[in-house]
Order: sequence, then structure tokens, then C-alpha cells
Amino acid sequence: MTARPPTRLLGPVARVEPTTRALNERLRLTVVSTGYALSAAPALAVGIAVVLSVPLALIGVGFPVALVAVPSAAALAGVHRRVSGALLDDEIPAAYADTSNRGLLARPVRWLRDGARWRDVALVWFSATGGLALSALSPLLLVAPVPYLVWFVVDPGWPGTLLLGAGGLGLLVWWITTPALTRARAVAERAILGGSRLAELARRVERVTASRDETRDLSAAEIRRIERDLHDGAQARMAAVGMSVGLAGKLLRRDPDAAADLLEEARRTTLDALEDLRSVVRGIHPPVLADRGLGGAIEALALAVPLPVAVSLTGIGRLPAPVESAAYFAVAECVANAVKHSAATRACVRGVHDGTRVRLTVGDDGRGGADATGSGLVGVARRLAAFDGSLAVDSPPGGPTIVTLDIPCPT
Amino acid sequence: MSDLARLRAVVAEDQALLRVGLTRILEADGIAVVDAVKDAAALATALTADDIGVAVVDVRLPPTHATEGLEAAIAARAVRPGLPVLVLSQWVEPLYARELLASGEGAVGYLLKDRVADVDAFLGAVRQVAGGGTVLDPEVVAALVSRRVRPLDRLTSRERDVLTLMAEGRSNAAVADRLSITEKAVGKHINNMFAKLDLPPAADDNRRVLAVLAWLNAG
Repeated sequence: MTARPPTRLLGPVARVEPTTRALNERLRLTVVSTGYALSAAPALAVGIAVVLSVPLALIGVGFPVALVAVPSAAALAGVHRRVSGALLDDEIPAAYADTSNRGLLARPVRWLRDGARWRDVALVWFSATGGLALSALSPLLLVAPVPYLVWFVVDPGWPGTLLLGAGGLGLLVWWITTPALTRARAVAERAILGGSRLAELARRVERVTASRDETRDLSAAEIRRIERDLHDGAQARMAAVGMSVGLAGKLLRRDPDAAADLLEEARRTTLDALEDLRSVVRGIHPPVLADRGLGGAIEALALAVPLPVAVSLTGIGRLPAPVESAAYFAVAECVANAVKHSAATRACVRGVHDGTRVRLTVGDDGRGGADATGSGLVGVARRLAAFDGSLAVDSPPGGPTIVTLDIPCPT
Repeated sequence: MSDLARLRAVVAEDQALLRVGLTRILEADGIAVVDAVKDAAALATALTADDIGVAVVDVRLPPTHATEGLEAAIAARAVRPGLPVLVLSQWVEPLYARELLASGEGAVGYLLKDRVADVDAFLGAVRQVAGGGTVLDPEVVAALVSRRVRPLDRLTSRERDVLTLMAEGRSNAAVADRLSITEKAVGKHINNMFAKLDLPPAADDNRRVLAVLAWLNAG
């Protein structure tokens, strides 16, 4: 017998086999539908009041009516938001314009221009009409056979038999249609209360995602450019200066004129190098990361820290530069933490790229108790969030510490 | 002395300023620069010549500016084991030192370009590599030594100094000079050190350096 979660009245609509659970599920949905159907009465009253309040406002009476009816509609809509949201396992957010700092008479005027308030109106009218039709059917089909059964018991003639048969057929329809009807009602309410807002959010998320992709590609390219600029510019010039000065030193006695020329050349080169340095703004991309990618850079990292680090990487070829950079700096931070804080004697870095995500694990045998809210790990988490990546820290007191980095990275 | 003066070198460096500078320094010391190339393909061709006594190679070469120089040098040494190669770079990476040393033959060097400015030391390194010795940048050695901190606890600080200088490729005489002790004392420290680290005893300088580097690189 497998454990299953207890049935909740307002849990999501579930697909279940025809068992006791399936029966319970339908009974639960019928109870919810009854609630939906019963809400038609207050909904009708509120709906009429709201609609009437608009023309009545011309003679002033509409304002007090609206001040009562509109918040009532919002309260009713709030209940429906919770119920339908629970049935769909979703959240249906409310987004009313803020009128708390306005006068009593100014509020209804603002409400007239608030789309969210009109959505409430649409919802109460839906509850009183189409919604009522959708939700009343299930409870009616379920209770209809009861009077027929009474009739049949009292007068077992052919009309009673026929009605009882029809009632049985109705029960079959109830069994089949209840989940779909309940779900249809919840979906309709979600569409009315949040539909276009959700669509607008989806469009915005698309835009944000696109621009964010651009930003991170740009910043990786920028880092690479800075690294190249330093390598080809200031560093090369300084090395040339060193050579010229070194050679001038050798020539000083033998050929003082040539030495003087070399020193002058060196002096000019240092000026150029300084100018190069000024033009370089910030940050250096580790050269080994540029040369060898994430795998090589992690191996190099393992060699450079004063702790034996076992590295095992699977399928980590060249990844997009920004992912390589973020993953490298994340691993470097975790390894640095192991060296600095954990008193570990060994550490390991494991990495897998399965074609859709890169998963890296950094573990050590130290004392544990790593603080996931410390600035280092928070910085790592923030960096990974730009890639929809995540960081999980498992570090019980006494160790071991295991940090898991997960970055979506389709090939 | 006459065959030292005739040492023939190949220089591979993509930065024109540095290529000219290196050539100038080598030639000023009587080393014949037979070829000064600027990319990996030209380097591979240049290294097939039979009479090359040493190659001075930049790690990063065109076309991709990754580690073509290093790879060309390793490939050439796979064909001609023991071909002396001194690799220069604007940064040093213990990982690349490990790759260079993996063949276990010696006659390799790996130095920061900054070291070229100390012209005499640089020329000494070139000749040492040409003679089959091993020269590692102090920065690489420091990184390798720092990661073996725990086993090195057993060494005295003097023994650690000797180990570090040895790993850079210095001879017993040079180590003795640097630490202002006698060569005999250096020999004694080395024997103690080898015993403590379970390293097999080796008679000549170069074998000993390679043994130390292999030990530092392990694990």
C-alpha cells in the first residue's frame, strides 16, 4: 500500500482510476460545484447593484451603492480566485489599482477606469449565468435519483421505473462529466480574472528573456575583449620594455649609444602601455578558461589550490562562453571556501553536461556548517540566476559539504 | 665553447615586438636564431629541422590564440623525444607545466615572459634547457609546492628551500650559492629530503629534478 496525500476539498482536479478514490474525488468536486452554483445568488445581487450604480451615479445615489457593491464584487471574486486557483493548482493574482489614499467619492471614479474591477464585474455576471449552468449540473445529476427512488419505492409502476432508469443514466453522466465541468468552470474563471494579464506577463517575460540573453552574451564578449586587450596591449608592451631595458643594461659599456636608444624606446613603450591600461576598464577572463574551456579551467584550478582536489567531468566540452565563465567562477568560489573555511583534507569537483543542463558538484570532507546566505555563495547564486541556474548547499555541522550548481545549457 | 656558441634556436612568438626582442637577446649572446616564426603551423615546420638546439616558444599563438605553441612543442617532442623546448607565457599555469613534464624526459623549460627582462638569467635558462636540464618558473613551483603542503610538513624549512630551488631546475652548486651554504650541505639536505618523501635516490642533478617535479605533480 503506497502512501497518498489526504484528499483536500480545494486540491487540484486529479485524474484517478474508478475506485473509492475516484468516487471521493467526484463527490469532492460536486461539493465544490455546489458552492460555485450557490454563489450565483449573491453574484447576481452584486452584479445588478454594480451595473445600476453607474447610471444612479448621475443622481448621486450610485456612489454609496458602488462603495458597497464594488468591494463586495472584489470579495466574491477573491473567493473565486482562491477556489479556481486551488482547482488548477495555479495562482490567479489580483492587481487592483491602489485607491486607499483617495477620497470616498474619488474611488468609484478611479474604479471605472480599472480593468481589474471590470474583470470582477464580468466574473459576478458569469457566476450568475453561464457559470451557474456549468456548476449546477453535477449536484443536480447526483441528487436527482433520490426523489425518483422514493417514488419507485412508494409506487413501483412503470413511470417510477422509467424515472429511476433515467436517474441511473444521469448518475453515469455525472460520473463522466463532473471533473471536466468543474475544470471548465475554473479555467473560465482564470481566463476572466487573469487571462489577458497573464498573456501580457508572458509577452513581457519573453522580452526580458531575450534582452537578458543579449546582455549576458555581450558581457562575456566584453570580458574576452578586455583580456585580449591586456594581453596584446599593456602586457606585451611591458614585456618589450623589460627586454629593451635588459639588453640596454648589457650594452651599456660596450655600446652606450645603442643602449641610450633602447632606453628611449623603452620609455616610449611604457607610455603606450599606460595608455593601454587606462583604456582597459575591468575584470580579466582567466586565460586557461579561454584556452581550454570549463573542463581545462577546473583542472587547472584543482592544481592551483593547496588541497588535493579530485576532478571528474563528463560531457563537458566547449560551452557558451558566458556559461563557462559563470560556472567557472562559481566552482572557484566553492573551492576557495573549502580551502579557507572547511579545514578539509580533500575536495572533489564533479561535472556532467547531459545536453540540456550542466550540473556541477563541489564537495569537501571538512567541518560543514557552510553559510548559504554568506556573501560569497549569495554572489554565486545571483550570477547563476542570470542563467536560470541554481545553487544548493548541503552542509550539516560536522560535514561533509556538498554544493550543487545547476545551469540550463542546451547544446 | 665553440659548439655552445653555435647553438641554433627557433623562436616562435606572434607579437612582433617580442619576437624581435627575443631574437635580439639570443643573437647578442651568440645563439644563432635560424627561424623566427609567428604561428603554430610555421613552428611545427621549423621544429622538423634536424639541427635545432633549442626552441623558445610562446604558449599562445595564432590562429586561435589558445595554447597552440604549447601543443606544437609537445607534439614535436613526441616525434623527437628530448627536443629542448623553452616555453614562455604571459601567465603561468601549473596544468601546462604538468603537460610539458608528462613525458619525463627533461630538456624543458616553462617561464613567465617577465623573466626575459633578466637577460643573463634568461640566457642561462635557454642554455640549461638546451643542455637537457629542466627550468620551471618560481611561480609554478610555488603553486606546486603549496598544494603538497601536508606531506611537506615533514621537511625542515631549509629542506623546503632546497626542494623549491631544485624544482625550479637549479643545480646543486646554484642552490648552494643561493642559500649561502656548501654544496656538500645541499647534497645532505637532498638525501634527507628524498628519504622523507620516499623518492628513489638518483645520482645526477637532472634525474633528481625530474623526480621532485614528478612527485610535486602527482595526485
